[in-house]
Amino acid sequence: MIEARGLVKRYGSTVAVNDLSFSIRPGMVTGFLGPNGAGKTTTMRMILGLDAPTQGSVTVGGRSYRDLPAPMHEVGALLDATAVHGGRRARDHLLCLAQSNGIPRSRVDEVLRTVGLEGVARRRVKGFSLGMGQRLGIASALLGDPAVLIFDEPVNGLDPDGIHWVRTLMRSLAAEGRTVLVSSHLMSEMALTADHLLVIGKGRLIADTSVDEFVRSSSQHSVHVRSPQAADLAARCREAGATVRAGSTSPVAAAPVVGPDAGTDPDVIEITGMDSAEVGKLAAAHGITLFELIPVRASLEEAFMELTQDSVEYQAAGATR
Amino acid sequence: MTGTTIARTGPDHRAAFRSSTVADVLRSEWTKLRSVRSTFWALTVTVVLGIGLGALISAVTAHGYARFSPSEKLSWDPTGVSAAGMYIAQLAIAVLGVLCISSEYSSGMIRTSLIVVPKRGRILAAKSLVFAAVTFVVGEVTIFVAFFVGQALISGHAPTAALGDPGVARAVAGGGLYLAALAVLSVAAGTLLRRPAAAITCIVALLFVLPGIAQALPDSWRNPVTEFWPTQAGSQLTSVYHSAHTLQAWPGFGVMCLFVAIVYAIAWTLLDRRDA
Repeated sequence: MIEARGLVKRYGSTVAVNDLSFSIRPGMVTGFLGPNGAGKTTTMRMILGLDAPTQGSVTVGGRSYRDLPAPMHEVGALLDATAVHGGRRARDHLLCLAQSNGIPRSRVDEVLRTVGLEGVARRRVKGFSLGMGQRLGIASALLGDPAVLIFDEPVNGLDPDGIHWVRTLMRSLAAEGRTVLVSSHLMSEMALTADHLLVIGKGRLIADTSVDEFVRSSSQHSVHVRSPQAADLAARCREAGATVRAGSTSPVAAAPVVGPDAGTDPDVIEITGMDSAEVGKLAAAHGITLFELIPVRASLEEAFMELTQDSVEYQAAGATR
Repeated sequence: MTGTTIARTGPDHRAAFRSSTVADVLRSEWTKLRSVRSTFWALTVTVVLGIGLGALISAVTAHGYARFSPSEKLSWDPTGVSAAGMYIAQLAIAVLGVLCISSEYSSGMIRTSLIVVPKRGRILAAKSLVFAAVTFVVGEVTIFVAFFVGQALISGHAPTAALGDPGVARAVAGGGLYLAALAVLSVAAGTLLRRPAAAITCIVALLFVLPGIAQALPDSWRNPVTEFWPTQAGSQLTSVYHSAHTLQAWPGFGVMCLFVAIVYAIAWTLLDRRDA
């Protein structure tokens, strides 16, 4: 259980985190989302006692982090997997962390096996790939068998197999009753991993909701239609008050078809403001033939973009949607 | 791999874990120190320079003793000559002391260290204590070997010193204490300045550059500066003879310890308050 009340962090005149209040519950994976510079890492650093909040407070299991008697048993954290001394062997790195909290050596070998690094335990860390570094970071977070786990972008640099492994790990950690907080900028990843979402933009809390609710509340529902009389249908729909635009040839908005045909098929339209049943009835009433009628639910990615479009810190010129 | 058990005891069996203690942090810092190669190299340099350079200087100056003027013969200090290598060897200790904390800042490891030990004062205390203890042991071994090797090389060419002579045992054994104080100072400087280059520059300035510049000052300024300059005052503990405008052995070392304590206190305060 992590609880933040009125958390504020200012660096000079920059407000990195602005009045954040939330509680992160055990037994589920909470995804921490926000565009770059939204304040995710700063918030995690305040939870872990690295940065002192300018105002407000945050507690882990009811206590301020610095007051935890057995920190590694309370919280396991991975902030930056590259933040290790490259000259140290993997096993020594974990050993010095374990010893600082009185954790036995046997546990070091245990977590090395868990993350699949037992074969390189005696190698110096500077020779590690990004993926191996992430696994080592995850191993260090697991050392204390903690009740709360905090991961900052844990799938960065992992191959598909590694991503799948991390996803499964997060889910099983949550299933064991632990509190799991994972930040990511990959919305699609969060859709597969998280149960609950905390969305922040420009340091402010934008949403604190379940993943399902988050997608449902998004207004980005549309109907993908392919019809030889598309222009006719488009006119009828507009009369009925819906918005119509030229559709992509693929109904999956997150993966638009690229190539010469992309978006140029005049038979395809995208209708918002009507559901598929209404479009179907309208088409039937006017004798319009339909080849495809597909309700398109907004992806998490789209819902997120819609929610945070006003709070993106660094925006490319002309990239406004 | 995905089927592996993550839990050892499960989150409900929290009694299996005890509170983290200062002894745990000491053990952790010992592992950190011994598991990087720079420790081995810096200590090797200390031993080799301390003994080797001391032996070389002892042999060369003893051979020239016959041609010394009477006043030079009067100020002949065989203990100081055999320990001359330590003057340079101390730099390796200072650099290693700075690195053992500032390398954590440059790699980012400090954040991991402070997450696992959020009581930050313990990290600084444990690092300083472990490194000072290692330095003390290595320093004492080096200085005693350098003393005996030096005296053996001097013997037959010039008067030698024995541990039983007045002040000699204290001067030789004092070498390890001086280095231990320097070890704590460099760990504190590394904590204070965080950047390896900046901290090493400051230590070099403190040890070599500024005392050299002080020589250019007029007497009325130079004498008190030389007398109370922390590292020069501290090194009186390792001298058998004390020239004019220097403190006695223990008061001198006391001045150095006071300086180290002040720098340590500032480092502790900043470490505790700064965002990591």
